[in-house]
Amino acid sequence: MIALIPFFPLLGFVINASLGRRLPKTVSGGLASLVMIAAFAVSVLTVWRLADMAPGQRVMEQTLYTWIASGDFVLDLTFRVDPLSSVMILVVTGIGALIHIYSTAYMHEEVDSEYARYFSYLNLFAAFMLVLVLGANFLVLFIGWEGVGLCSYLLIGFWFEKKSASDAGNKAFIVNRIGDYAFILGTLAIFVRFGTLDFQRIATAVAPLVPEPMFGTLSIATLLLFIGATGKSAQIPLFVWLPDAMEGPTPVSALIHAATMVTAGVYMIGRNAVLFGHAPETMAIVAVIGASTALMAGTIGLVQNDIKRVLAYSTVSQLGYMFLAMGVGAFGAGIFHLYTHAFFKALLFLGSGAVIHALHGEQDIRNMGGLKAGLPITYWTFLIGSLAIAGVPGLAGFFSKDEILFETFAHGHTLLWVIGILTSLLTATYMFRLVFLTFHGAPSHLAPSDAPSHLAPSDAPSHDSHAAPSHNGQGLASHLHDAPPAMASVLIVLALGSVLAGYVGVPGHNALGAWLAPSFQARSVTTLSDEQVGTPGKAGASGAGEAGGEGLELSLMVVSSIVAIAGIGLAMFIWLKRRELAEKAAGAFPGLYRLLLNKYYVDEVYDALIVQPIRIVSQEGLWRGVDVHIIDGAVNGTASIVDGGSSLLRRVQTGSVRAYAGSLLIGVVLILGYYLWR
Amino acid sequence: MIPLGHYLIVSAILFAIGTAGVFLRRNLITILLSVEIMLNAVNLTFVAFGRAHGTVDGQIITFFVMTVAAAEAAVGLAIVIGLFRHRESLNPDAFTALKW
Repeated sequence: MIALIPFFPLLGFVINASLGRRLPKTVSGGLASLVMIAAFAVSVLTVWRLADMAPGQRVMEQTLYTWIASGDFVLDLTFRVDPLSSVMILVVTGIGALIHIYSTAYMHEEVDSEYARYFSYLNLFAAFMLVLVLGANFLVLFIGWEGVGLCSYLLIGFWFEKKSASDAGNKAFIVNRIGDYAFILGTLAIFVRFGTLDFQRIATAVAPLVPEPMFGTLSIATLLLFIGATGKSAQIPLFVWLPDAMEGPTPVSALIHAATMVTAGVYMIGRNAVLFGHAPETMAIVAVIGASTALMAGTIGLVQNDIKRVLAYSTVSQLGYMFLAMGVGAFGAGIFHLYTHAFFKALLFLGSGAVIHALHGEQDIRNMGGLKAGLPITYWTFLIGSLAIAGVPGLAGFFSKDEILFETFAHGHTLLWVIGILTSLLTATYMFRLVFLTFHGAPSHLAPSDAPSHLAPSDAPSHDSHAAPSHNGQGLASHLHDAPPAMASVLIVLALGSVLAGYVGVPGHNALGAWLAPSFQARSVTTLSDEQVGTPGKAGASGAGEAGGEGLELSLMVVSSIVAIAGIGLAMFIWLKRRELAEKAAGAFPGLYRLLLNKYYVDEVYDALIVQPIRIVSQEGLWRGVDVHIIDGAVNGTASIVDGGSSLLRRVQTGSVRAYAGSLLIGVVLILGYYLWR
Repeated sequence: MIPLGHYLIVSAILFAIGTAGVFLRRNLITILLSVEIMLNAVNLTFVAFGRAHGTVDGQIITFFVMTVAAAEAAVGLAIVIGLFRHRESLNPDAFTALKW
């Protein structure tokens, strides 16, 4: 039954990819959504059955066949559901299905074949992500790992006629390849060390070991795996592809940011919690990278002007939180945040999609404003999403973020906690800057100047004079329409989720933490692991938390609530009341402002340090040198040797019978002579 | 009884005449005739050796050679007629190209 979960989206992909261009939109889009709903239903059923089992034994396996059998190394294509993957499949299929439904409305302007292509990619994306989270060993996980990389490339570059879109697709793919390379090396290191790739067996083998005090094999292996995770999950130093991924259709961003792809790295670390727990050096690196990514992305998000770009940096920032949680050993908290983040980030992206949809492609928040009246559903759902991500008490993001911060503090990483709190302030501020600039204030998109630059620039002037409300200028205001039913209903469902999702992990009654905890321990030695693994491996939300005292958690909770509300207040003060303050601040620190606006020049630095040297070496050395002279030289040399030899030999072929007969005679005489007189 | 050596000498002379004919004559039919002379020189050798050894092998081979030579003459002459129809010539130097 488990295999059905990835099978359904795969079926949708096969049908839409092979027959899609002949199907009408309702059929191809409906089919794609239907297979996702079916997968979700099967997932719910699976998790239901899982919940019936005894807490320690919650594991279901399905082996499809033996993939590789070589000597005593046997590798099966096995899917395994345990508490951790159960949460993941629910998120992937649940949020994924909602995004599919939303897409049926969002993409309706595409022609039939493009529409089907879009949905086939979307289904394939979900299928690979499900393979990733269900895989019972590194190799099956790796199929999904590579598959989501491929699909992100296809979807980010969906509008491949646009140069920037195909560039962004390439960037995503190539940056991910760097991480994947490290991931393969890490997998190999694990295999060399343990002789198996099965997660459970690795965990069992690791559990009795003493955590590595110094940098050793385990640290190197986990570090390589973590580099792979930084590629998929957009952490320093490989985060650069995610903001550019905005070139894809908005629901794709929602899918990448919420349900699939970027969560892969977090999941992978959670899946190998025992392994990572035994490499404290790596864990420290993970935590530091997570915290610094969170802070860096938060500061960039503060000054960006593209609505989707702000959200992209907020995703990077929130992923930083998740890695921070992973790094301090609070695996349950990290997965909890992953799960709540899926709701509100999907909501925010789909909400921004509704805004972009309503404004016919406008993405610059400086050209928006005052949309509250025209788009009530979008506004209120977006507001809920923003409140949730900002960490306002009572909403989903509050519980998960708070748990991460508490665990960080409880594990003694005070500096990281301060960074986390600071990022929390930034999160609240930039999210509400987005809300206020987009939905409040004067509707600056009514400016008489030629509005949305993105759409139909050619037909704008000619229609302007006589045709009534067209796609620009004054026409836009009257043209504002809130999200169509398919989109609006999804937004409302996600908004409900953003409010309620956090209540499975209320401090004190952390149902999710308790549910996940067995996944972070080696199964067969459960009794041993708690004592032997030590603090980092202790894992689970229930770990140090409960013992540390509820009083501490409560006071930290108050602090982070105050910080969240302060952030919102700050945003309200600056961008709602005194908008000129923002400009003044930017004017006061022009260097800092430019640094942030240009994303710390990371892209430029990478370009100068990596891209250009590779380009020069490739062009001058490999192409003009090796390729032209050595390889082409060898090929052309062979040809000219044959050519020259032939032109010599063709002189022999005179066509004169007598010459042939003469050579025959001479030959015979010579051979006979040789045998007679030798 | 004539010794074997005499037969071989005659055969060698005949073979040399045939070879010279193939090389020196410029008429295709004459060349074919020269080839026949060479074949018969070989036949003579076979028969002579057969007689000297007291076996029939040489004579059997000779019959084969005569059969093949008859076939060869038929095919050869047919080709010569075909060539003549194209070029009105029997000079082998007129036919140096593989196709025209």
